[in-house]
Amino acid sequence: MSEYFLPVFVVIVTVGLSWPLGRYLVYAMDPVSCGPIRSRYESACAAFLGHAAKTGQSWQQYCRSMLTFNILMFVVLYAILLTQQWHPLNPDGKTSLEPSLAFCTAVSFTTNTNLQHYSGEVSMSYFSQLFGLMWLQFVSAATGIAAATALSRGLAGRTDFGNCFQDIWRATGLILLPLSIITACLLVLCGVPMTMEGAAVATTLEGDAQTIARGPVAAFVAIKQAGTNGGGYFGPNSAHPFENPTFWSNVLETMAILQLSMATVWMFGRITGRMKHAAVIFGVMLLLYVSSVGIGCVLESAPTRSLASLPVASSMNLEGKELRFGSAAAATWAVSTTSTSNGSVNAMHDSLNPLTGLVPLSAMWLNVIFGGVGVGLINMFLFVITGVFLAGMMVGRTPEYLTRKVEAKEMKLVLIALLVHPALILGGTALFASTSWGASATQDPGSHGFSEILYEFSSAAANNGSGFEGLGDNTVPWNIATGLVMLLGRFVPMIAPLAIVGKLAAKRATPETAGTFRTDTGLFGIVLIGTVLIIGALQFLPMAVLGPVAEQLGG
Amino acid sequence: MNQQTRIGSDLQHAATSQRSSLFTAQMLAPSLWQAVRMLSPRTMARNPVMFVSELGAGLTSLVTVAAIISGSADKFYFFTISVWLWLTVWFGNFAEAVAEARGRAQANSLRSARKDVTAHRMVDREQRTTEDVLASLLRQGDEILVSAGEPIPTDGEVIEGVASVDESAITGESAPVIRESGGDRSAVTGGTRVLSDFLVIRVTAKPGESFLDRMIAMVEGAERGKTPNEIALTIVLAGFTLVFLMVCTTLYPIARYFDVTIDVPTLIALLVCLIPTTIGALLPAIGIAGMARLSQSNVMAMSGRAVEAAGDVDILLLDKTGTITLGNRQASEFRAAEGVEERELADRAQLSSLTDETAEGRSIVVLAKTRFNIRGREMEHAHAEFVPFSARTRMSGVNLGDRQIRKGSVDAISQFVSQQGGTLPQCVRNDVDAISRAGGTPLVVAENSRVLGAIFLKDIVKGGIKERFGELRQMGIRTVMITGDNPKTAAAIAAEAGVDDFLAEATPEAKLALIRQYQHEGHLVAMTGDGTNDAPALAQADVAVAMNTGTQAAREAGNMVDLDSNPTKLISVVSIGKQMLMTRGALTTFSVANDVAKYFAIIPAIFMAALPQLAVLNLMNLATPRSAILSAVIFNAIVIPCLIPVAIRGVKYQPVGADSLLRQNLLVYGLGGLVVPFAGIRLIDLALVTLGFV
Repeated sequence: MSEYFLPVFVVIVTVGLSWPLGRYLVYAMDPVSCGPIRSRYESACAAFLGHAAKTGQSWQQYCRSMLTFNILMFVVLYAILLTQQWHPLNPDGKTSLEPSLAFCTAVSFTTNTNLQHYSGEVSMSYFSQLFGLMWLQFVSAATGIAAATALSRGLAGRTDFGNCFQDIWRATGLILLPLSIITACLLVLCGVPMTMEGAAVATTLEGDAQTIARGPVAAFVAIKQAGTNGGGYFGPNSAHPFENPTFWSNVLETMAILQLSMATVWMFGRITGRMKHAAVIFGVMLLLYVSSVGIGCVLESAPTRSLASLPVASSMNLEGKELRFGSAAAATWAVSTTSTSNGSVNAMHDSLNPLTGLVPLSAMWLNVIFGGVGVGLINMFLFVITGVFLAGMMVGRTPEYLTRKVEAKEMKLVLIALLVHPALILGGTALFASTSWGASATQDPGSHGFSEILYEFSSAAANNGSGFEGLGDNTVPWNIATGLVMLLGRFVPMIAPLAIVGKLAAKRATPETAGTFRTDTGLFGIVLIGTVLIIGALQFLPMAVLGPVAEQLGG
Repeated sequence: MNQQTRIGSDLQHAATSQRSSLFTAQMLAPSLWQAVRMLSPRTMARNPVMFVSELGAGLTSLVTVAAIISGSADKFYFFTISVWLWLTVWFGNFAEAVAEARGRAQANSLRSARKDVTAHRMVDREQRTTEDVLASLLRQGDEILVSAGEPIPTDGEVIEGVASVDESAITGESAPVIRESGGDRSAVTGGTRVLSDFLVIRVTAKPGESFLDRMIAMVEGAERGKTPNEIALTIVLAGFTLVFLMVCTTLYPIARYFDVTIDVPTLIALLVCLIPTTIGALLPAIGIAGMARLSQSNVMAMSGRAVEAAGDVDILLLDKTGTITLGNRQASEFRAAEGVEERELADRAQLSSLTDETAEGRSIVVLAKTRFNIRGREMEHAHAEFVPFSARTRMSGVNLGDRQIRKGSVDAISQFVSQQGGTLPQCVRNDVDAISRAGGTPLVVAENSRVLGAIFLKDIVKGGIKERFGELRQMGIRTVMITGDNPKTAAAIAAEAGVDDFLAEATPEAKLALIRQYQHEGHLVAMTGDGTNDAPALAQADVAVAMNTGTQAAREAGNMVDLDSNPTKLISVVSIGKQMLMTRGALTTFSVANDVAKYFAIIPAIFMAALPQLAVLNLMNLATPRSAILSAVIFNAIVIPCLIPVAIRGVKYQPVGADSLLRQNLLVYGLGGLVVPFAGIRLIDLALVTLGFV
């Protein structure tokens, strides 16, 4: 039973903490009035970024600023990765990355995906880790928070969406940085190393020399989790004992994965002044999350199939797990990391029981169970609008969302944003499964090999970044394909909703009456779950059947 | 028809009146063939879902032909799938054709009224000389003479004469109506017939754009553009189609990974089952049927957009008189001043009203007779001089020598007596206030400088109207009463009738300003009107129902015309608008929810050969992979004709709040949409096995 302490503890504490944190997010991102400390921070922003960072923007200007900033960040990171042998802080003499890998990595970190086709400790210098990758782990997450804030402002009926640069500045300095510092300090207490020295060399009992990689791990892990980035300092990510040494570090990191995404929903509620609506959304997300965790834990408590028939005393699937965590902690993490588009792992998803493997896959297909920092809420917004449109007609009125009429133009944009996700996953999987690019990269034949390809594209499209592993994905076709998938999967579903909200905000508000379709009731929760499951999941049902389900049933 | 029963039956009117005539053999037979003609790709391209289905059916047919030529063993299976795919498309067209046929029947009866008659155009109005021209050559502004027994050639306004007109060709109402120059009954419609006397009419319609022409075009659906909500839904359905197109096209290469080759007809069968064909097929029929329901309740909408807007309306402006109260006020009480006999007051009141032809005047005469048995007298001998009501004096009455008897509003009488050196006694003032507060209209009677007392004119609120307003409130619709009464009277009637708000002492400008203000607050406003002074407000309102008896100006300004001229109709117009949207939403939900079962029928069937373990997913225990696929396709096709009655009648609408409506429809169409196909596909599979098809 103690197995299940972790998931229960994590859910209760994180949900509890999300409430005050949501309050703080509003203070940080959209303050009503600034206290003395807060206004000093704002004037620092103005001094640093110039006057342009103070003026309010329309949704078009906001998107333009966001894209400009992201393109700039991408170019800088790409340059760093190609020239890292000449940079300081490179005690182990790492050389530059192969261009397609550098492209994939730069895209991956700009888009908050952190899909890694490399092993950090093998390929990256300290400089690249800290000022290339970690810097982007901050600002890419900040971009997500900024976008969610702008969305909330628009839905509150404001045509001034705020200032993109100012929002990123606020999200980085007031949210991500303090949160990471706190998490990093706690991690150091748990035994995670934080050093600028090069790899340690130890002599083993047999007398051999062993090189043990180390570095500024605690700082890296903290933002990796808090910003739903997921890119590990080490190749094995949080399964590595230096990234995640103890039970409590594991609890802390699992909580850090969820914390900001949960709080963003409350921030949305506060800015729009619709806490009940936010609570319905939160409830739907939580229900999907808790059921996924439950299903995952139960499925992982069964032994792996190759052991099932053998006379060994094994009660759960421990293949690919860290024994210090156990299977329930691994399943909880697997669900959390894929729900939130984090992508860090503390166990190898490749070794999950086949049906358990379906749980993280479907979490990425839906991509709305809390989701990536900021963007999870934005994705859910698309389903909310779809649900409002379909069910809204059933009350005999033109569908309305938060007093604004939802019409053809908005629905066109919603569909474009919703279509991108399955198009990237299904298209990519179909292309690679039917060509030698995919077939030669898979480790296993049949359904499992198919799941590896499917997982990689799902992970890239959902900006998740976790890998099913077992896939030889550091090749030019994989690097370029996943790079493009990540770009489209990030920015189309981010810009289209802002455009929708821009159009909605420009409309006249309809007064709410007894005839208005309400979005703050349990009934709407049911509509929303139905929309997410039927619209979101139906598209992937054939894939699920051919991959994990067929493997599970294969016997 | 009796007004009271009218109110009660309005809401159900649309639903019940057509139940008997949903399908008749005359409609069905031409529709069967019309549905085939509509298979032309040019017609189909308007509807993306059905267009994709038709392309799929075409492609499957080609593959079938190839299979027959090559003598493949699959030819029978391919052939069956092709047939059912074509049937799917044909069923969709049939639904639209049936809906149109119902409108066409009405259009034909209207068209018989629109004959190209000879009109008598005025050459010289003084001399009454006319020339004969064809009605189709009449231009706006022409003046024509129509004599008894002749049809009125086109729309116009009466500028001279009074006549009784038979409007049954348009309204279906056989009782003739009076049309006269000036006032609110001056509009005449082409296609109606003058029964007695003659009319001189100024033509107001351009050739081919008369009311009758527009009506015919409307009921035939020729002018039917897609409404905004219909466009949005079409986009959503196209989006869903695109998603499933993607699912199916990528499934082919992915199946190759598992060494499975999916044959084209099976893949297309999967595609057509997954895309929302049910709603795609029924969408046009829903819109056409909505318009038809409206025209069956004798309201002509000038655009589908207006019908849809009616569903969104959240403020109804209702004229008090005729809508909330029975048209005419009735005298119900005499309240004599101190020192005056009630009988004397009744006598003077009757004297002043003897030639007053208004309903109020007549009711005073009647009340005096019933209360005190005072009879109407012949007044010629007394040198009686009658003073008719005028808007300036706001009094009417009679002069008998030096006796000046007047009745009128309290202000007018007060002014009248003070000119003669009298004053209005306090007790009369109190009575007047009391009458106002009780929702009545006070009329004060005076003889020379002496005020005799007040008459209580009572407004009779229609029976059942309060419950109706309560229902509207639950639907989220506020009712606002418009009246010319003073605020006190208005407040009392408003309270009695249960309206949410009222506009007292309403002028056309005040009405217009009120509508603008509501719209500025984001409300959608519906109103009815008949007079020319209603025209600006009608033009401003989002849904404006003009009375057919009204003036041409009012009819031009409104976006609907009520042929029955029944102001309460507004409420059923709103219900029909809501019902149309609800039907779309419900059938879309049903259509999308069906996909779950279809997936469970087809996906295991496709892959069972290569991955036999997937047999577990064959939840419905379908006999063979091919019977599974066929059953899904057949279910998908026949669900369309099964739902045609729902599309044409509309889903059941009750005047309740949004929450209960949603709960009800989710249960029936959401949950039903999940469960029904599981049962349906299983039954079809059983039938196929029993009949030996597989």
